[in-house]
Amino acid sequence: MNSALWTHLIKDLRIEWRSKDAINSMLFFALLVVVLFSMAFDPRGTFAQQIAGGVLCVATMFASVSALNQAWAREIRHQVMDAQRMVPASGAQLFLAKVLANFLFVTIVQIVLAPVFLVMYNLNIQGQAWQLALVLPLGTWALVANGTFFAALAIRSRNRELLLPLILFPIFLPALLAMVVSTTSILTGESDPTLWIKLLVGYDIIFTTISLLLFDVIFNAE
Amino acid sequence: MKKAAIGIYALLTIALMIWGFYQAMYVAPTDAMQGEIFRIIFYHVPNASVAFVFFAVSLLGSVGYLAWRRSSPERAQMADAWALAGAEVGVVFCTVVLTTGPLWGRRAWGIWWTWDARLTTTLVLWLIYVSYLLLRRFAAGPQVQTLAAVLGIFGALDVPIVYMSNRWWRTQHPAPVFGGAEGSGMAWSMTRVLLWNMLAWFCWGIFVLILRYYTERKHQQNAAAEARDALEANV
Repeated sequence: MNSALWTHLIKDLRIEWRSKDAINSMLFFALLVVVLFSMAFDPRGTFAQQIAGGVLCVATMFASVSALNQAWAREIRHQVMDAQRMVPASGAQLFLAKVLANFLFVTIVQIVLAPVFLVMYNLNIQGQAWQLALVLPLGTWALVANGTFFAALAIRSRNRELLLPLILFPIFLPALLAMVVSTTSILTGESDPTLWIKLLVGYDIIFTTISLLLFDVIFNAE
Repeated sequence: MKKAAIGIYALLTIALMIWGFYQAMYVAPTDAMQGEIFRIIFYHVPNASVAFVFFAVSLLGSVGYLAWRRSSPERAQMADAWALAGAEVGVVFCTVVLTTGPLWGRRAWGIWWTWDARLTTTLVLWLIYVSYLLLRRFAAGPQVQTLAAVLGIFGALDVPIVYMSNRWWRTQHPAPVFGGAEGSGMAWSMTRVLLWNMLAWFCWGIFVLILRYYTERKHQQNAAAEARDALEANV
């Protein structure tokens, strides 16, 4: 029953394995954002500790937008998208496969970026570091699930690359806030992030469900 | 007949607005704590209520469009026109709220803006509906209605989450004045004025909303007629 999901997922992973387009561009872009922010804010001492969480989340966010646009733009060439519409399986499987693939890419970028980040911002984690392994995947899932959905929506418009951030960021705001506040509280160890992690879980459940339900509607919109 | 009805309604609305202005500026007593500046409440609160109600109209329109788009296309078109009109007029009223708010805050709190639950929620709501209008502008063709309806539903779902998250974050805006805890409530002499202004702004808002709705319906009918003509000319 899930063979459509696996086919889509393996196809996306294979393309990425051969080209490494998404991961390389995201990685470099995120690195650039980190450097740009350190120019803008001069992160030294405890101040670095305060802003590092926000910078990491925003860097991930900007980087993944560039990759998410490509995720669907690739399918337009050679009418792959039309073929995908004809597959006798629900669009939700295609959507989930895309989300899983992109989630994996963004997570790899975060894992590579994290040590660089710790070094460049001279961070030492005051709170409980294992909670980061909860916060970052939850936040990334919120970003990638919504981003994949809205990229599929934006691809139908005239200036597709421009539209994705414009419609994604307002909707993503509460998840970004939860992600930033909980990352910062883990880094500084000043407050308990449990409430924010719960919010992220709730956000993920609500928006993943509604995306799965409505994906067929936008994918087949004519 | 229809035109006469619209004219009478417009005149009534203007009369109500003048009456509301007179009440707000000359009849309502000056607030003991805030002085004259509190009179902005007679514009801030009604505009906020109208904006929120119209965003709800937009949500209902979006849901209606998705529900009817296969079974009864004509009804779906009407729902879509309501969705667009609600979002567009709602954004205008929300802009008024976001303008009067800082003016009031500057005098009452000493600051123009603060990242508090209700302020941030209203701002995010405004951003979401502006992005909705951008999508409607950028996307072309008949699929735009479906895409916009989906975005409208996503945006509406986001609002309670934004509100809760900001409440946990920080809150400065006063707690609900009406039906709140002990010590809430307003003197009747002020509530009366607020209700008059509420009525006036709702009449005005509904007037604009219905005009916008009819414009959009005309636009849809013209587009349909053009498409039909193009088809027939090709035969």
